[in-house]
Amino acid sequence: MTEGIRQKAHIEFRLNDEAVEVAFAPHKTLLEVLREDLNLTGTKHGCELGECGTCTVLVDGRAVLSCLVLGLDVEGREVTTVEGMAEEGRLHPLQDTFADLGAAQCGYCTPGFLLVAKELLEANPQPSREEIKEALAGNLCRCTGYIKIYEAVELAAARMRGEEARPAKEIIYGYE
Amino acid sequence: MALQQSQQQKPSAAEAKTANTSIPNAARNPSNDEPNKKRNATRREVLPAGIVGTEGMNTVEREIPADEPPALKVNSSLAVIGRSTPRLDGRLKVTGKARYTADVRLPGMLFAQVVTSRYPHARIRSIDTSLAERAPGVRAVYVLDRVLGNAELRDKSKELPAKFPIVRFAGQPIAAVAATTQAEADDAARLFKVEYEPLPFVVDEDEARKKDAPLVFPGAADQGGTAGGGGGPQGVTQEGNVRGPVKSGPRGRPAGDINRGFAEAEVTVEGEFRTQVQTHSALETHGVVADWKEDGLTVYASTQGTSSVRDEFAAIFKLKKSQVRVVTEFMGGGFGAKFGAGNVGVIAAQLSKKAGAPVRLMLTRKDEHLSVGNRPSSIQKLRVGAKRDGTLTAIHLFSYGTAGTGTGAGAGGPAQNMYKCPNILTEEADVFTHAGPAAAFRAPGHPQGCFALEQTIDELAEKLGIDPVALRDRIDESPARREERRLGAERIGWSRRRRAGSDTGPVKRGLGVAQSIWYRFVNMDSACEVRVTQDGSVEILSGVQDIGGGIRTVLAQVVAEELGLKASDITVRIGDTAYPAGPASGGSVTTGSITPAARNAAFKVKQQFLEEVASALGTMPEYLKLGGGQVAVFDRNPNWSDGDRQGRSYKAAPIKSLSFRQAASRLKTEQIAARASRSDDYEKSRATYGGVQFAEVAVDTETGVIKVERVVAVHDCGRPMNPLTVESQINGGVLQGISYALYEDRILDRNTGLMVNPNLEQYKIVGSRETPRIEAILIEEYTGRSSTDAGGIGEPATIPTAAAVANAVYNATGVRVREMPMTPARVLAALQSARGKGGVRS
Repeated sequence: MTEGIRQKAHIEFRLNDEAVEVAFAPHKTLLEVLREDLNLTGTKHGCELGECGTCTVLVDGRAVLSCLVLGLDVEGREVTTVEGMAEEGRLHPLQDTFADLGAAQCGYCTPGFLLVAKELLEANPQPSREEIKEALAGNLCRCTGYIKIYEAVELAAARMRGEEARPAKEIIYGYE
Repeated sequence: MALQQSQQQKPSAAEAKTANTSIPNAARNPSNDEPNKKRNATRREVLPAGIVGTEGMNTVEREIPADEPPALKVNSSLAVIGRSTPRLDGRLKVTGKARYTADVRLPGMLFAQVVTSRYPHARIRSIDTSLAERAPGVRAVYVLDRVLGNAELRDKSKELPAKFPIVRFAGQPIAAVAATTQAEADDAARLFKVEYEPLPFVVDEDEARKKDAPLVFPGAADQGGTAGGGGGPQGVTQEGNVRGPVKSGPRGRPAGDINRGFAEAEVTVEGEFRTQVQTHSALETHGVVADWKEDGLTVYASTQGTSSVRDEFAAIFKLKKSQVRVVTEFMGGGFGAKFGAGNVGVIAAQLSKKAGAPVRLMLTRKDEHLSVGNRPSSIQKLRVGAKRDGTLTAIHLFSYGTAGTGTGAGAGGPAQNMYKCPNILTEEADVFTHAGPAAAFRAPGHPQGCFALEQTIDELAEKLGIDPVALRDRIDESPARREERRLGAERIGWSRRRRAGSDTGPVKRGLGVAQSIWYRFVNMDSACEVRVTQDGSVEILSGVQDIGGGIRTVLAQVVAEELGLKASDITVRIGDTAYPAGPASGGSVTTGSITPAARNAAFKVKQQFLEEVASALGTMPEYLKLGGGQVAVFDRNPNWSDGDRQGRSYKAAPIKSLSFRQAASRLKTEQIAARASRSDDYEKSRATYGGVQFAEVAVDTETGVIKVERVVAVHDCGRPMNPLTVESQINGGVLQGISYALYEDRILDRNTGLMVNPNLEQYKIVGSRETPRIEAILIEEYTGRSSTDAGGIGEPATIPTAAAVANAVYNATGVRVREMPMTPARVLAALQSARGKGGVRS
């Protein structure tokens, strides 16, 4: 363990629409910098190998796996995490629909899904179910079975287009 | 521990246990003294019973504890219960504010890393920790003196004494280190010098059964008592690595005589089925933050059972239970693997004790696959005999399976309990291998058991020339499943199902059906406190944890229903052993166990509330009615709608109405509170859950790829409390079943004993692209068993999926795939072998 490795790197970047400055051990991933040095724990560890999508954040609007990006790489760039999705105290439509439709079950994978979905809807305001499935294919969920996540993305997309839309209802025998 | 047993034992044995701990009033000693008599006062109550929308819908009269609330009406008559209610914690989850174990940051907290074995079987000669101890940032090291989770020799003298625990699987924890940063802990973990004496090993269950196979244990072994992890029955005979077989049948013992049953059979079907080892793979790995202080231990744990964690810590560290506090605010999935302190918890607490600082230990994804549980494999030989009309005459299952260094690989549940048959014998054997121990996994034994049983029933139907749904109508006595078959068949369009292998092109489509069986377990350690404060705020407190299923929201619904409020009006404080005892969440027990306690507590506090408010208003409590956030004051009892006690007809008229908050301000003291514990189920006879799933698949016979296109899943869970979250559980269960059927496979290299895919890339979990259309249909079934009559859904939802897919694959191709996962290679091999026999058209 040499002194050089223990020296801290120092960078500036924009995080959730605010300028930040942070010093950290240079080997750290963006995930570690966000969670440990900037205390934003909304972004989660899942596998640390880029396989599960749980740690997804946006860098310059593009979804990246923060466990595979060095903290040093975001110098001067624009990073969005789940904590930065709400604007002026109002939740992003995706956050509303994920919460209301039950797209967050245990909730651990949710931040990653939200950011990938945000990237999708910014590029494609009216995605088909297949396009949603494709866009979310890098994110794993072990609880919900994805269906409610698709429904939440579709409903948020419709609301963002200014359309009236209602989610599908559960089927319960007796009072469907 | 009660939960662990209910999860792991044969259902009938677990039922026997429940019966032992819950003696009906009538059976109590008549010489009870006065206070007991008072406590046991009962009354008759008429409750809804049957399946809503069917002819069987009726009522049932039960003897219930006198202080419990009146019968709850069916869902359509209720305001909050049974209505889809978004999770109360949804906002926290979508904003990143929900705090999971890894998000806990205590002052001075250290980070830990574990040193694990590279060898699958070894004696450890020495461990040199000196380099690690001197590494930068290191504050404590710990060498394990005991490994939890593995089975243990019954007679320790059968093995040479060892200074360190014998290594019995690659990935077994050996030592650990805590340092000021995670990176320093990771670096220091590499500096431990462990000198091994590698020993012969076997990781393949077929090899392990051979006479000269290396032994995992040099004598008979049982899996010891780690909460939630312990597998099969104790004291079973063992030869080499093979433990058992244990003979069983319905209600814990063989039924009838299978030889006679097969002699009476006019048709017999049999086959060998194999299922793989599946790992739980929750997105959040196992982890704790342990904070050891002079006066006690506080643990933030990712667990399914705060109480189970506390109990194991108290036992291992010889602490009073009151000195251990376990907190689980949010947790990222468990599926059966997260109970008790486990090695992870013990390591963190030992390091915290040594370092005098809180320690966080989160497992790596690799260690998660290797060391903290899995679903055992199975090799099942199943034989079923029947009369020409379909009546079953005999079922015989012989199964082997490996739970690694653990026990509990039985797969007999479905064969024992699903169908009516006078002669049933199951023989289940565990095969020890040098692989990580199994743990309870969503319906232990049942997805594997159904894979064999439901394919065999499908084959029987074909052989008899009876439709598979019609055959089940003949041999299955469950009214719930009968209705579920009817609804599901209609929904998926079962009538369009064709003869097996009808498609002529390379892509062949087919339909399949399979059924689920699970058991109603009740955890009596279920208590709640409900508080109403003068400002009108309402809280419910319980130790129970929300593992994602949504019990936090359901508890709010129950209290809101009773007090005439909205679910969002209720503050729910759970996941902390400082609150009244809550059940561990496993075996689909949570909702059925805790909601009656919640309703009973809310009912009690409501009575006190009404009394105090009535007294302040100068009226009688019976003249008040709660609803819509209001307290309505009537001129007489509004519940006597038809007439008073003298038979005079009248209609109560409201005099005035005040808000719940205004009414609460009239309470005599700042806060009123009531506590209730779970009472016995009103009816204690055996109860099971059903579930029927229909799958539609497309099989590409050129590539061997199976695509599940649609699943219709029809389920029951007693009274559905929150359809929104029940539907999620069903979707998730179906997808976990598809994942198990087609993709997931823990692959061990038989030459090195190492897992070759300890990640989420080569250990493939179903993803978004492979997700079919899923339609979840829920029936509403009442059995009059508790003050909420709620049940469970977690396990039933995943049990039949793999079997339904397999039956659909057969219907598509005319070829049966009897081994999971049903990979392209296995599908092609099965097609090839059938072609050799002239079985497939293409």
